[in-house]
Amino acid sequence: MQMPEPDTRVLSRKAQIVARLRAVLPDDAVIEDPAETRAYECDALTAYRCPPLCAVLPASTEEVSAVLTICHEEGVPVVPRGSGTSLAGGALPTADSVILGVARMNEVLETDYANRFIRVQTGRTNLSVSGAVEEEEFFYAPDPSSQLACAIAGNIAMNSGGAHCLKYGVTTNNLLGVTMVLMDGTVIELGGAHLDAGGLDLLGVVCGSEGQLGVVTEATLRILRKPEGARPVLMGFGSNEVAGECVSDIIKAGVLPVAIEFMDRPCIEACEAFAHAGYPDCEALLIVEVEGSEAEIAEQLGLILQIARRHDPVELREAQDADEAARIWLGRKSAFGAMGQINDYMCLDGTIPVSALPLVLRRIGEMSAEFGLGVANVFHAGDGNMHPLILFDANKPGDLELCERFGAEILKLCVEVGGCLTGEHGVGIEKRDLMTVQYGAADLEVQMAVKDVFDPEWLLNPAKVFPLDVSAARRVVAAE
Amino acid sequence: MRPETEAELAETIKAASGPLRLRGGGTRAIGWSTGEVLETGGLSGIVLYEPGALTLVARAGTPLAEIEAALEAEGQRLPFEPMDHRGLLGTTGAPTVGGMAAANASGPRRVQAGACRDYMLGVRFVDGAGQILRNGGRVMKNVTGYDLVKLMAGSWGTLGVLTEVAFKVLPKPEAVASVLLDGLTQGAATDAMARALGSPFDISGAAHLPEGPEGAPLTLLRVEGFAESVAYRAGRLRDLFAGSAVRIETDPERNAALWRDIRDVAPFHTRAGDVWRISCKPSDGPELAARLGAEATLFDWGGGLIWALLPEGSDARARLGAFGGHATRVRGEGESPVFQPEPAPVAALSQGLRARFDPRGVLNPGLMA
Repeated sequence: MQMPEPDTRVLSRKAQIVARLRAVLPDDAVIEDPAETRAYECDALTAYRCPPLCAVLPASTEEVSAVLTICHEEGVPVVPRGSGTSLAGGALPTADSVILGVARMNEVLETDYANRFIRVQTGRTNLSVSGAVEEEEFFYAPDPSSQLACAIAGNIAMNSGGAHCLKYGVTTNNLLGVTMVLMDGTVIELGGAHLDAGGLDLLGVVCGSEGQLGVVTEATLRILRKPEGARPVLMGFGSNEVAGECVSDIIKAGVLPVAIEFMDRPCIEACEAFAHAGYPDCEALLIVEVEGSEAEIAEQLGLILQIARRHDPVELREAQDADEAARIWLGRKSAFGAMGQINDYMCLDGTIPVSALPLVLRRIGEMSAEFGLGVANVFHAGDGNMHPLILFDANKPGDLELCERFGAEILKLCVEVGGCLTGEHGVGIEKRDLMTVQYGAADLEVQMAVKDVFDPEWLLNPAKVFPLDVSAARRVVAAE
Repeated sequence: MRPETEAELAETIKAASGPLRLRGGGTRAIGWSTGEVLETGGLSGIVLYEPGALTLVARAGTPLAEIEAALEAEGQRLPFEPMDHRGLLGTTGAPTVGGMAAANASGPRRVQAGACRDYMLGVRFVDGAGQILRNGGRVMKNVTGYDLVKLMAGSWGTLGVLTEVAFKVLPKPEAVASVLLDGLTQGAATDAMARALGSPFDISGAAHLPEGPEGAPLTLLRVEGFAESVAYRAGRLRDLFAGSAVRIETDPERNAALWRDIRDVAPFHTRAGDVWRISCKPSDGPELAARLGAEATLFDWGGGLIWALLPEGSDARARLGAFGGHATRVRGEGESPVFQPEPAPVAALSQGLRARFDPRGVLNPGLMA
């Protein structure tokens, strides 16, 4: 993966830039010692690393504004960073960039149950937002797997999803407003505690813009009252195709589960070995969760089980109590950890139309044989968001590159069947060079035109999202 | 001008020498600009409908009625309950998919299901330079590049002319019930709606009519879903308001009529005056309503809206003063802008986007300005 050459004019002015940043921030909020900037050299896409020029940890919107004003004046690229859990390299620095970490901004600013929102600083972790409203039986719906660690800032940047978005939507559907600092230091408010955008839906385009339009420092998030209860059911099937058909039939029947998770045999076996969740020995496994009162749960599960029985299941297991529910989820939730135990892996994130599921799984199986690399599939089946995990050996020369080529082929297949490159992880650097597979030149040009408006000098996270050759002209102008 | 294909539409825009007034069904004409009329009705038809994937793709000029009929046949629907502006604006014609999307037209289910923009998965459109562009796709989760789909929703044709929109659709619920509370004051109604919306009973509509169908105040709370579940939740809501005058309406047709009237602001249809739509934080409602001193008010709390009927030429914003939210003059003429003016730095971004998407300023100039 290529990154642009660092701007030597920035590198040579490091001392001056750091001095100016120190003048507006507390001493311990500017990190420039190479031993310490190492902590910011990568995110969860650990295959790519580069220490930044320096890292700053502002504690308020005003401090963020001061930092950006200076970087704007000095022509220094800025890479915003939430908790650094991006799987796409969204927070990967370049040597000439300042990492702007929001980790010190983690306060709850306002909780309003009557109007059902919470306003937080964006360094706060996803799970701790729900934690802040738990006592009143409320929760924040988007639940990415990394929710214990990931920050709201990153969730907004990547428009994160999670297992439960089939019912509740992704970040953009739960984000009411933001306070955002533009690259020139201007502070703006978009949206608020009310539901609709007034003029153009700028909030809608900011969400998912991968830190390229501004630094979001505060967010107003929709909170929901917890359902009375929830219960999962586990179903094993004899083939991926049959499991896929079952998903489609459940959706068509008018049931809207909160989650439908899918695991194939390699994934089931890995999870079983790792977590001993007691999963059945079968080709494909679905976990379907529904919510409501006891009677409502029984009614929905009744219907779902009736549909599942038509597909000749190997096993149907309804959770009888909280322990059993936890055991059903245990394997799924430890899937990524389980795979990590047995292999290095690359996690993909393409989305496909649900109807294309059997075809895509079959093709992935064939490609797995062609490339000689194993694949385990675990994904959000209700919304077609796949997470194929390609297994490789990081210590074997050439294996990472082979794995990346295989991954690219899978993503191309996703686009070919009517889907997209990334459903919830974002483009970052990982899928940057594949953007031309999904979009034409003019389609990318109009997206870059949006960045031109928000960040005319292309200083915010400039080497992400768009293929380097496509964004080159803009970044060159920026550097001059 | 009424192009029959996307390519023709692109050529028409490329060749335009002056302003264009974009028209889908011509039913939502608010804050019209001048210019030659460019109709999208020639771009019609459902392109793809996969009930098992909850996805429908249609050309922008497709009549909404055609979409609704196709969905109905599969027991599905557009969950965001798009408002029909005809009664309020006295317009005729057939609402189209593109007009609905360009207006981000949504209804009382807004609070539970979301707005039109939340169900738009992808768009194709022609920008002001005549380029055919696309963004998003037809899958439910997609973070590939910037989300211009949201940007196009509610942009009233100022950034481009929609030619095709992909929607997420949802199953139609088996049953519906409305819990009706009689005779509440605005303050008490606001409290009651907040309590209901803060309950675990999944309210899909909350509204307060200071003058209900029988003249007295009426507060409505809607629940939808499987029959037993609806009965259970309606019952729990009734218990929540024990002590008030509570009725439960379970007749599907009467429910449809009740909520259609709220969605379309039916009580104002036959009354003269300007109509303002105020989006605000729910608990600010009674205070803002008092400041408005409107001749009539309707609280579509599921939509997060106050609808206010004011004498012709009134400036609702002057009456409201500073508040969190925005006000739009949906019906009437006046010197004040139709859309809420934005703070300078935000307005600069909006203007910058318009200049990029429509460099010659030919698409609905003057609208949203």
